[in-house]
This record gives sequence, structure tokens and C-alpha cells, in this order.
Amino acid sequence: MPTVNPTRMELTRQKSKLATATRGHKLLKDKRDELMREFLDLVRENKALREKVEAGLNEANKNFVLARSTMSSEAVEVAFMASKQEVSIDVSTKNVMSVNIPQFDIQARTSDANDIYSYGFAFTSSDLDDAVKSLSELQQDMLKLAEIEKSCQLMAAEIEKTRRRVNALEHVMIPNYQKNIKDISMKLDENERSTQIRLMKVKDMMLEDAHHYSDKMKEPVEN
Amino acid sequence: MSNYKIAVMGDTDSIYGFAALGMDTYPFTDPVAAGKKLRELAENDYAVIYITEALADNLTAEIEHYRDRMLPAIILIPGVSGNTGKGINAVKKSVEQAVGSDIIFGNN
Repeated sequence: MPTVNPTRMELTRQKSKLATATRGHKLLKDKRDELMREFLDLVRENKALREKVEAGLNEANKNFVLARSTMSSEAVEVAFMASKQEVSIDVSTKNVMSVNIPQFDIQARTSDANDIYSYGFAFTSSDLDDAVKSLSELQQDMLKLAEIEKSCQLMAAEIEKTRRRVNALEHVMIPNYQKNIKDISMKLDENERSTQIRLMKVKDMMLEDAHHYSDKMKEPVEN
Repeated sequence: MSNYKIAVMGDTDSIYGFAALGMDTYPFTDPVAAGKKLRELAENDYAVIYITEALADNLTAEIEHYRDRMLPAIILIPGVSGNTGKGINAVKKSVEQAVGSDIIFGNN
């Protein structure tokens, strides 16, 4: 930190900077606390949902392995070649304490639930149907998981950033401004005192010139 | 904004079923090719990309790159080879980043 000029103007400037920093510190601290509260709720949900989705996917994967074992890979490939269903996502954003988090809304092309079976039932095993069904039941949860997990990641990054700012203000900037203000006011006081002394000294000298006190002191007192 | 798509990446056995749900599947086992594809998907209209944990193991840098962006959301899923715990680790990492230490998964 470079030293500051000990002037009144600089003092005013430093004081206003300190006021801004203090105010910013308070605001950022509030933001951090609120973000943290939201984040902890969200991350708990994230954990629960992830456990649910992972368990569901493991189940679905078992079914798929089973289905695969009774069919040739060509048959499986053909079965999924022309998917009837097509999904797209509407993405909107939600602002939580200045963090933009995504909201996903799934749009299926066809509303018929049976359209997830993109194949005729004649040449595929029923295990495959089960597998696809178990997967389709997971779809909503998976999308929700994506939304929440992304939100958690974004909020975590924002919390980290905010925390750094709060710490920087609290431990570096604010003490710095306070020190500068103290230094400047001490220097100004010192200047004032030295001016005072100089004036007193000058006054003494002028009185001496006018009245010659010291000569009078030296002269012996007559009578 | 709308009309984003969902992609699924991983080894064929783990992901072929997602095609039935209308998601786009991209079977990969080679991490270099997969990383290239992931970047391509992320820059295009994919809002959500599911990646199997096994494949994601070799794509950490790419996934990390998109972590702070709003889109796409890259989500790890377990593949047929089983659950490696990498997915839940990603959540744990968020907690550690935000709080400074792990307070949610401490008992696991």
C-alpha cells in the first residue's frame, strides 16, 4: 500500500472510502449468509435426489444388461435406431441473490406414454421393455437432478467469491483505510502544533524587536 | 429460451436405452474423442449432458471447464460398470467449495 498524502482532501477521500467499504462489507456479509442458507437447503436436496437417481439407474442398468444378454447387439441397435420420442428442454433462469440458476422444463414431442417403445414387440425381449420403462420413470428425477446440481455448483462458486470479497474487505481494505485516516489526522495535528509553535516564536521575536526586553534585563537597575 | 436438447455420453451398454426417451446418445469409450464431442455439444444447444462416471474419469478438465457456466449442466451418472461414487463426490466438492469443509457428507 503506497503512503498517502497527508492533506485534508485526502483525509476526506479516505473517510468516504471507509464508509463505502464498511457498507459494502455489511451488504456482502448478508449476501453470503443468505446464499449459504439457500445453498445448504439445495445441497441436501441434491444429495437425496442423487442417491435416488443413482439407485434407480443401477436398477435400470441391470435390466438393460439382462435385455442385452437375451438379444443380439444388432437387434438391440435396430430397436433403438428410430426413436419415436423426442424431448427438448425449456430453459428459464431464476435469480437467487444475484446468482442466475437454470430452471429446466421438459417438452416431449409426443404425449403418448407408450411412445418410449421405439420398436415392435415381436423381436425384442420383454426385459427390454422393463428396462426402458424403468428408465422413463427416472427421467423427471434426472432432469430435476441436473437442475439442482447445476444450481449447487453455481451457488458454491458465488459463495466462494463472496466470501473472498468479505474477507478482503474485513481484513485488508477496512483496516487499511482506518490506518490511513489515523496517519493523516496525526500528521495534520502535528503540522498544526508546529505552526502554533512557530507563531509563538515569531511573536516573541517581534516583541523583542519592539521593546528590547533582553537589553533592559541586562541594564543594572538604577536607584 | 427454449428447445435445448439432452445428450447422454458413455459406453454403449450404459446409455443405449436413453435413446428411447428421446435423448441423444453419443457412445464413446475413447476419452480424447469424447472430450472433443463434449466440447462440441456444450457449445451447441445442449442444456443437459449426462456422462457416465467411467467416461468422466478421463474428462475431468473438460467437465471442470463448464462448471461455472450456467449451461450446460454436466451430470455424472453411474454406468453398467457400477457406481464409482464420483457423482456424489461432485456434490461433496460443491459443499467444500462453499462452506470450506464438508458438513453434509461428514458421516459417510
